Amino acid sequence: MNKEEFLTSSGVEVQMLDFWLEQQWLVPEQTSGGMNFSDMDVARARLIRDLKVDFGVNDEGVDVILHLMDQLHSLRRVLAQLGKDIQRSPL
Amino acid sequence: MRNPYEVLGVSQTASSADIQKAYRKLAKKLHPDLNPGDKSAEEKFKEVAGAYDLLGDAEKRKRFDHGEIDATGAERPQHQYYRDFASAGDDHPYTDNSGFADFVNGDEAFAELLRRAQQARANRRGEDLHYRLPIDFVESITGANKRLTLPEGGTLDVKIPPGLVSGQVLRLKGKGAPGTGAGGPGDALIEVEVLPDRRFTREGDDILLDLPISLSEAVLGGQVRVPTPTGDVTMSVPKGSNTGTTMRLKGKGAPRRGGGHGDQFVKLRVVLPKSPDPELEAFVSNWDKGRTFNPREDGTS
Repeated sequence: MNKEEFLTSSGVEVQMLDFWLEQQWLVPEQTSGGMNFSDMDVARARLIRDLKVDFGVNDEGVDVILHLMDQLHSLRRVLAQLGKDIQRSPL
Repeated sequence: MRNPYEVLGVSQTASSADIQKAYRKLAKKLHPDLNPGDKSAEEKFKEVAGAYDLLGDAEKRKRFDHGEIDATGAERPQHQYYRDFASAGDDHPYTDNSGFADFVNGDEAFAELLRRAQQARANRRGEDLHYRLPIDFVESITGANKRLTLPEGGTLDVKIPPGLVSGQVLRLKGKGAPGTGAGGPGDALIEVEVLPDRRFTREGDDILLDLPISLSEAVLGGQVRVPTPTGDVTMSVPKGSNTGTTMRLKGKGAPRRGGGHGDQFVKLRVVLPKSPDPELEAFVSNWDKGRTFNPREDGTS
């Protein structure tokens, strides 16, 4: 979806979004027609909004949380893959 | 649906600040993205969020208190949480494996798995791509413009600076794999392989060349044409030059680091005519000194 559709479905304000993009909290796909946001970007934006608006986390805090969370999810994926590989391998 | 006051654990008379505080405390604990493995957290979080939707809004709270709407009246629309995407198997730009970077450089099977799992980070610089480029010896001395055909399609124009030796690596900035986001592309690293030459060999900055000369050139001296990587030059062979005599062509070697050139050394090799020549035979048999001269008399053979 393009930027306008993204703003609508995520409920994020345009100045906020620009700041988030600048902070690289959101990294939408770059296409010749501009930015292309995925459902995942929408969900991530909602999370950032939750953190900032509902939890009162400041920008530095969001930065730290996202960084740690990205690592956590990546570790979970590797762990899941590892589990699968172990299951498949003959003992 | 439970009573929203119970859900948030506040009394009916709590101030809106207390309600927000209670909500934040619970939400922080229960947010699904902060509890990626706990399915029940999502249900609880929804409940808490629903309760806060109702009580956090003074207007809605009033209506609820007056019984105008029930606890479900303000349920949040369903949405997918970030964790549903983040832990899915597909690659995505938010992957960050820096948390186990220290494992990846090991050589156990585990490290291999981690390496495979390494994905593009948001705004990560593209990978460096490695290529090999064979060049002729002459090109290694003079420099050249080469076009490298890439295995993945496309070509890369490479400017070979003069004086390279095998194993040197040229870095073409920004010609590697594309990065993600604002990360920029990686570099192309091109390892140069200098192909051996029939005539020239290199020793440091100097170039060695074996030059065959005829018997008459050796005995009488004369001008001979000598190939160098930068083109032929004329060289004087002095009278009585022998096989193994080495001549120096100053500045005809490889470019030196920091300016100047090495030299080219030309080692002469006397070559007799291919087919036996009766005139030469007749001449040598009448050459008395030829019988008395013993090149092995210093005991080398």
